[in-house]
Amino acid sequence: MKILVMVKRVSDPNVMIRVSADNSSVDLNNVKMAINPFCEIAVEEAVRLKEAGIATEVVALSIGGTQSQEQIRTALAMGADRGILIESEGPLESLTVAKLTQKIIEEEQPGLVILGKQSTDTDNSQTGQMLASLMGWAQGTFASKLEISGEKINLTREVDSGLQTLSLSMPAVVTCDLRLNEPRFASLPNIMKAKRKPLDVKAAGDLGVDLTPRIKTLMVETPNERQGGTVLGSVAELVEKLKTEKGVI
Amino acid sequence: MRESMEFDVVIVGAGPAGLSTACRLMQQAQQAERDMSVCVVEKGSEVGAHIFSGAVLEPRALTELFPDWEDRGAPLNTPVIGDEIYLFQDAERAKRIPNSFVPKSMHNEGNYVISLGNLTRWLAEQAEGLGVEIFPGFAAAEILYHENGAVKGIATGDMGVSADGSQKGSYMEGMELHAKYTVFSEGCRGHLGKQLLAKYALDDGVDVQHYGIGIKELWDIDPAKHKPGLVVHGAGWPLDKDTNGGSFLYHGENNQVVVGLVVDLSYSNPYLGPFDEFQRMKQHPVFKNTLEGGKRVSYGARAMTKGGLNALPKMCFPGGLLVGCDAGTLNFAKIKGTHTAMKSGMVAAETIFAALQTDDEGGKELNAFTEALNASWLYDELHRSRNFGPAMHKFGTFWGGAFNYVDQNWFKGKLPFTLHDNTPDYAQLKEASECTPIEYPKPDGKISFDKLSSVFLSNTNHEEDQPCHLTLKDESVPVKRNWGLFSGPEARFCPAGVYEFVEDPEKHDMRLQINAQNCLHCKTCDIKDPSQNITWVVPEGTGGPNYPNM
Amino acid sequence: MTILMIAEHDNKSLKEITLNAITAATQIGGDIDVLVVGENCGSAAEAAATISGIRRVRVADHACYNGQLAENVAALIQTLAGDYSHIMAPTTTSGKNILPRLAAALDTSYFSDIISVESADTFKRTIYAGNAIETVQTADSIKVMTVRGTAFELAAQDGNAPVEVVSEVTDLGLSSFVSEDLAVSERPELTSASIVISGGRGMQNGENFSILEKVADKLGAAVGASRAAVDAGFVPNDMQVGQTGKIVAPDLYIAVGISGAIQHLAGMKDSKVIVAINKDPDAPIFQVADYGLVADLFDAVPELEQAL
Repeated sequence: MKILVMVKRVSDPNVMIRVSADNSSVDLNNVKMAINPFCEIAVEEAVRLKEAGIATEVVALSIGGTQSQEQIRTALAMGADRGILIESEGPLESLTVAKLTQKIIEEEQPGLVILGKQSTDTDNSQTGQMLASLMGWAQGTFASKLEISGEKINLTREVDSGLQTLSLSMPAVVTCDLRLNEPRFASLPNIMKAKRKPLDVKAAGDLGVDLTPRIKTLMVETPNERQGGTVLGSVAELVEKLKTEKGVI
Repeated sequence: MRESMEFDVVIVGAGPAGLSTACRLMQQAQQAERDMSVCVVEKGSEVGAHIFSGAVLEPRALTELFPDWEDRGAPLNTPVIGDEIYLFQDAERAKRIPNSFVPKSMHNEGNYVISLGNLTRWLAEQAEGLGVEIFPGFAAAEILYHENGAVKGIATGDMGVSADGSQKGSYMEGMELHAKYTVFSEGCRGHLGKQLLAKYALDDGVDVQHYGIGIKELWDIDPAKHKPGLVVHGAGWPLDKDTNGGSFLYHGENNQVVVGLVVDLSYSNPYLGPFDEFQRMKQHPVFKNTLEGGKRVSYGARAMTKGGLNALPKMCFPGGLLVGCDAGTLNFAKIKGTHTAMKSGMVAAETIFAALQTDDEGGKELNAFTEALNASWLYDELHRSRNFGPAMHKFGTFWGGAFNYVDQNWFKGKLPFTLHDNTPDYAQLKEASECTPIEYPKPDGKISFDKLSSVFLSNTNHEEDQPCHLTLKDESVPVKRNWGLFSGPEARFCPAGVYEFVEDPEKHDMRLQINAQNCLHCKTCDIKDPSQNITWVVPEGTGGPNYPNM
Repeated sequence: MTILMIAEHDNKSLKEITLNAITAATQIGGDIDVLVVGENCGSAAEAAATISGIRRVRVADHACYNGQLAENVAALIQTLAGDYSHIMAPTTTSGKNILPRLAAALDTSYFSDIISVESADTFKRTIYAGNAIETVQTADSIKVMTVRGTAFELAAQDGNAPVEVVSEVTDLGLSSFVSEDLAVSERPELTSASIVISGGRGMQNGENFSILEKVADKLGAAVGASRAAVDAGFVPNDMQVGQTGKIVAPDLYIAVGISGAIQHLAGMKDSKVIVAINKDPDAPIFQVADYGLVADLFDAVPELEQAL
């Protein structure tokens, strides 16, 4: 079985971002970029499935600017076998990303697609679900445990009420939550080897998908800073305020 | 047994010195049609993440390395349009010094206001294009030696070790990188460079090294106030007459300026806080007028090696070379170290390449480096400015400045004598009882800020669960000696709030709290600890600041 | 405009967050239908019928909706979608699971976790972990979105809407429900708790965290810590709230003995109500707290526990 794993280039979640002076976007000039941490978990899971003999090949796909090759190389250094970049200079909406991925799936015929549950830049949590929908496949979102036996995936999901376990028919799309695994560090020899692994670049415009944006971003702004409130005189007063004024206890 | 990899040359640190070494090696190898394997390890999460400098760049070395740097898109976008130098008398007043009275070394025609972070990122692209293997996120933790005592290479640090020393699930053992020659270019007070200086007694017979701490911020300012290419330097207030240092404000590109302060670590009052001096400095009208209405974007700090030629150690030893600020090639008279660091790296590359061309198996002491360096413009430049720093230490800012004017402008640095200053910076601290505490104004949250919100802007991050990388030789010294005699100066000289003395209610005594996660890797603690009890070692790779265009 | 709201429920009862989402729907305007999908979900549907201002409740009750499988539920909503201009759900793991799938099936855009309704086609949502807010607009004919509960007030429940049965059964057979492991831990997860009480360096040691735990037990709160407390070794680092720890946004955040370093604030500043208890009146935490108590925590916290 082949696994397709998706990786996204995002600003490093440890790095503060700021809104551009004209409020049109987030200013990513000089900001350190990295692989989306949830995607890293997806790569780790795919590589573990290969190491366990369940998968035969792991293909890392990224959709974005030419520099997204760096994140594909990260996936290759962690153990993915080859990479595909669908190159697009402008940002693409998730639905378009899902449609482009559909084209790759038709070509590659993977038995399983693994993605992060969301990217830390746009915070949507939608591409995996959209992809499963377009493919007419089963979906397992927010996965914290994944077991494959035969043509079924036994998948545990982190849901608001606790954990939910589903059985999914394959092929399927799985999106990873934080606790699915702890990604490995890529070793120096593997980073060097990754530079020589195949990486195929395709132009987004060549895949027969309409790339026209459907969502207009009217404004990007910085959230209001919190203002200080009142200093109270006693615990009793505090309890009273929390009960009556705010209704939070 | 750790795994190992073999290279012709391993370089520690992807700064201007290391990357220039790497590029120059490859250029020569390509010219000679020779295979060459060069590997650069860098502790920052990416190239440039830990790079911190003013910076005004003198492009001399860059032009030698890449004469076509302009076509290659080097980020030198802002030529200097003018210099302004001020002598600050107090919090309100400043005298602009006429250009004709400024030491020649402080003129900046032909130079560029740059982000050194962006320049090193560009240099890394050039190096990779030439076939250099660069590994960001890998810290050189240990020097490896051959049995005969020659340097064999380095080992990267183990990853995935928890605070108590046990291995976590993600544990990955460090790796040995062996090389015919290893070049150490860690920047000021490199932790391996420090070991090399001691092991090979490289600084025997030269003056004691001196250091400064540079603190700076990057600001977006009102476009109406922005004058791209304007370079402002200042001396005097807020530093007292016993404390050397200088302030700067450079107008870069995109409506940004950098504002900073360098404080000589030879200061004596343990109550002095370089961070606090910097914060109050910005309230001076000369700075405040520019910053007002702007927004602070980033913050950082880094120690600088400023002893110059008098303190320059021997830079070669069996199996390796020490280059750039790791040795101390900064020209303090110009307050510039990038072009000299790059040049030292290029000379290192030429020396190593020549040796490898003779079927050298490595491990030798390349004395040819010293000769080549002494014959280069780098030596000439450092020789001319050798008295600049000591004059400041000896005569103070005003008379030292006057001396430097005469020395640099009239005698072109060729006065027939040399000034020396042989007291190490850490030994300059006076006991707290002899000094007056300094009352610093509270930050206003607009121009001046507190330490932690500043550190926040450096994007500093360390894996939380790892051994503390700020090691103490003796656990009792911080409270007994540093707190007892010096009122805990580490809490003040650390620009990141790493060291805090807190009350220990159980022992009814103070306790040193080390917030290692805040560390900016500036190395000031390793330098200025009056007890020389703190040893800075590398944390897990990728840890530390994530500077943008600093 | 006609809006379909997908109810959040556990078959037996309606989850309150549905009422927050209804308020967002009300701001868009037009008729609102509430869809309850599940197995044996009659009582949840009855509860939904009491929501004020809605047109009707539609209920799809079938074994194939056990576990609210995304494939089957999205397929069901797709068959109903033609009647609606907006299809919404509260932001929950269920809403986030189902609605993007639906949006792709309808070839329409999806807005995740909106925090404000600007107009019928324009919404605000946060990006970059809440560090920026974007205003987005779509011309798509059906607008699909999830709604952040804490961003909207609760709708009233004094209505009596008709309940209509949806007889359509969309069993795709792609996935099946195996089991559910409801969180039974005595305290909720930090990131999902509606009340969090955190301690800082002022706690002095790990044992003293027990006084916070007593308050937490009374309030059903999670217990967190500042980085200073973690660094000092008082508590393990999975309790750390802040930039490098967990990001929380509960209805009530009680910071005890926490100075309020910006790194900590980054992890909790989106909390609805912040209370700070600290003996240092200059502590930066007071600059963001709705209510502050300048007091010794060892007096104030036990007193708080008594008062609850």
